[in-house]
Amino acid sequence: MDLAKRFVAGDLDAFETLFREYQRSVYRWILRIVRDPPAAEDLTVEAFWRMYRARARFDPSGKCGAWLRRIAINVALDHLRHAKQQVPLPEDLPAAPAPDSAVQRETRSAIQRALSELPPRLRVVVQLGLVEDEPYGEIATALGISANAVKVRMFRAVRLLRKKLLEAGITP
Amino acid sequence: MNDPRHDHEPEAMKKLLKTAVSPIKDAEPRRDLWPQMLRRLEAAPSRVPWWDWALLAGTVAAVFLFPSVLPALLFHL
Repeated sequence: MDLAKRFVAGDLDAFETLFREYQRSVYRWILRIVRDPPAAEDLTVEAFWRMYRARARFDPSGKCGAWLRRIAINVALDHLRHAKQQVPLPEDLPAAPAPDSAVQRETRSAIQRALSELPPRLRVVVQLGLVEDEPYGEIATALGISANAVKVRMFRAVRLLRKKLLEAGITP
Repeated sequence: MNDPRHDHEPEAMKKLLKTAVSPIKDAEPRRDLWPQMLRRLEAAPSRVPWWDWALLAGTVAAVFLFPSVLPALLFHL
């Protein structure tokens, strides 16, 4: 019996194999949205837990990675909705270009604040599309919506972001 | 298929965002998460599906409304 079928049947060894195969990817997918490494680790476990609970609904002939990514994105979105957190940039994340003045530091912090204030469903599109450079098609698959819906969300997100930045005295 | 991002990609906003938020390329968890996963699996209460509760409720209601079905029920257990 192949791995996916064994997993659906509740085989813990098969689940462990899938976990080890995908844990880095799931962690990265989540971190790109929540931008908080300790939270991303906990949410990775949460994503696999949801996957394990929902294993009866998984089609063993389907793509495990795509299914898992959808779960991971939903877990990250749920986290943003409940945490309503700012976008932190912990020291172990890749650093943005070093600011060379207090003005630039202020600008950077205003941009992060504006991004963190976006509604989660718009913020995720901006982070994946504009920060991580993911194609709209991939974002659409990950969110379970059409590429056109991604475009609409991006349009709204950029408009809202521009408004918030203008309020903060920054001209995009 | 044309990539729809080329239709109106907000390049200026992208540049601005990248001055404040860096992309994450090769991040990895700082520890093996499998032990935490196992703890989560062990801690999870065994869940009884809703239809099992519905069946139980139906049985209790049937016994309450029609006590004569009790011997037949016990016979089939």
